[in-house]
Amino acid sequence: MRPLFPLLIALVAMLFMASLLIGPAGIGALTGLKALILGGEGPLPIVMREIRLPRAILGLAVGSGLGLTGAALQGYLRNPLAEPGLIGVSGMAALGAVIAIQTGLALTAALMLPWAALTGAAVGVGLLMLLAGPRGGSVTLILAGVAISALAGAGTALVLNLSPNPYAANEIVFWLMGSLADRSMVHVMLALPLMVVGAVLIARSARALDALTLGEAAAAALGVSPGRLRIWLVTGVALIVGPATAVAGAVGFVGLVVPHVLRPLVGARPSVLLPASALGGAVLLLAADIAVRLILPERDLKLGVLTAIVGAPLFLHLIWKTRSGGRV
Amino acid sequence: MLIAAPAHAAPTRVVSMNLCTDQLAMMLAAPDQLISVSDLASDPRMSPMYRTARDFAANHGRAEEIYLMRPDLVVAGQFASGPTVAMLRRLGIRVEVMAPAESIADIRDQIGQMGALLGRETAAADLLTRFDARLSRLRDQTDRGRVALYYANGITSGRDTLAGTILAEAGFHNIAGDYGITTTTALPMELLVMADPDRLITGAKWPGQSRSEAVLDHPALAQVAPRSDVTDRDWVCGTPRVLDAIEALK
Repeated sequence: MRPLFPLLIALVAMLFMASLLIGPAGIGALTGLKALILGGEGPLPIVMREIRLPRAILGLAVGSGLGLTGAALQGYLRNPLAEPGLIGVSGMAALGAVIAIQTGLALTAALMLPWAALTGAAVGVGLLMLLAGPRGGSVTLILAGVAISALAGAGTALVLNLSPNPYAANEIVFWLMGSLADRSMVHVMLALPLMVVGAVLIARSARALDALTLGEAAAAALGVSPGRLRIWLVTGVALIVGPATAVAGAVGFVGLVVPHVLRPLVGARPSVLLPASALGGAVLLLAADIAVRLILPERDLKLGVLTAIVGAPLFLHLIWKTRSGGRV
Repeated sequence: MLIAAPAHAAPTRVVSMNLCTDQLAMMLAAPDQLISVSDLASDPRMSPMYRTARDFAANHGRAEEIYLMRPDLVVAGQFASGPTVAMLRRLGIRVEVMAPAESIADIRDQIGQMGALLGRETAAADLLTRFDARLSRLRDQTDRGRVALYYANGITSGRDTLAGTILAEAGFHNIAGDYGITTTTALPMELLVMADPDRLITGAKWPGQSRSEAVLDHPALAQVAPRSDVTDRDWVCGTPRVLDAIEALK
């Protein structure tokens, strides 16, 4: 279990570098890194600093945020099927972002966009916890998630179809599937600070989540206040998923796949699984973002397509196991 | 019919159902010969002749409304809906289809074609003479530097397009050519920045917001080419109005 963390960190570092060095312009590794760090004249530093760096940073941040929130939701709901994308939290965040953009709210102040997405995510995750709290079964959780996702997806499509802009309706697929193409440092600055606050909140609930694995009564005996834990988690998840979705769209399945793969390696203790899932999420998303650039470089293949290809079969497998009564 | 109409009889009730044929028809038609143009022709965002267009009845490219106007000639664009054109022809209406003009030669051809369709050959020859004269005044062999065209969703246009023609005539080197792009296609932003253009020409923005158009606000673009212009309605159609676009670039 111990060598896993250095391995994950090494993988993240490697993929982050690869993300910086792979692109249509075919810049040599050394030249590229020199331009990135030292700057200089000409277009090279602009490509490295303004186009590739934000993309790599967002891949890292969005991936680890989704991995982290997936593990946290699974720990709190004690259900391996909980995942921000599947249960409609990302969809609600996308709806919030789309409303902010199309009503012009996002133009009034830059931070309105992540805040609106964050509000959407908070409504989504709050609704879900009301409907399927720790005592709700898998069926309740999935059904609540399906309903919230469907509502959020329909709302997003409606808002974009009502827009006077001819391009808006085509962007439904971005909001449903996610992409990091052509994001800039502006987006990094909008999303990253809020996501860091959310990560701190979730990290600080790790001990309480550990206690919760012993059951609610035991957790209460250990001094965990269920109401407070819920508020911290709702806020933390919203602070991560909201801004992440506002800049990258809704990328599904990362929070499902990563904790599932890592759980057998680190054990089910949330305090260990949370940081491992954050690193694992970054690995998955950075790898997916590199893959979309290599497979169809000029078509902007959506990230969610790749993560769903990996994640959906796993999801079916998990449902199968739950159905047959086996423990996951 | 007792007396066969001569083959060259000019049509008297002409309907145009394409933004570009609308403009050529308005430039060349005799008074009262043209009865309707498309609804797009009166949109100031797309049509340089939007004021003139308001004097004509607008059509929306639907077979029923056009049939009820009782036209003896309908001029459509190549991208008109196939079933609409087929339906009008089944109803016995003469429909002529014109391809979009992408080059100076195309524009000259189409002026002649429209003149012939309307039986206004003299007006067409006049327009052509004025077009050629103004074009040769505008061609001054100055190299105005490297320019990149960039539209929503990261699309650019090469030399075989109308926008490419406008750039070339205005004396610019289009960086799309550096990457072998001749048509309208996606250009990764990295490649645009690496080409280090002197000037950037972006597509006009539509009302409302979109992520597709937000690409044009990317800080990398502002850094690589501080000077940027916007394509407007003079860039949409291959008509003599492209000369205004060429002149505006200088």
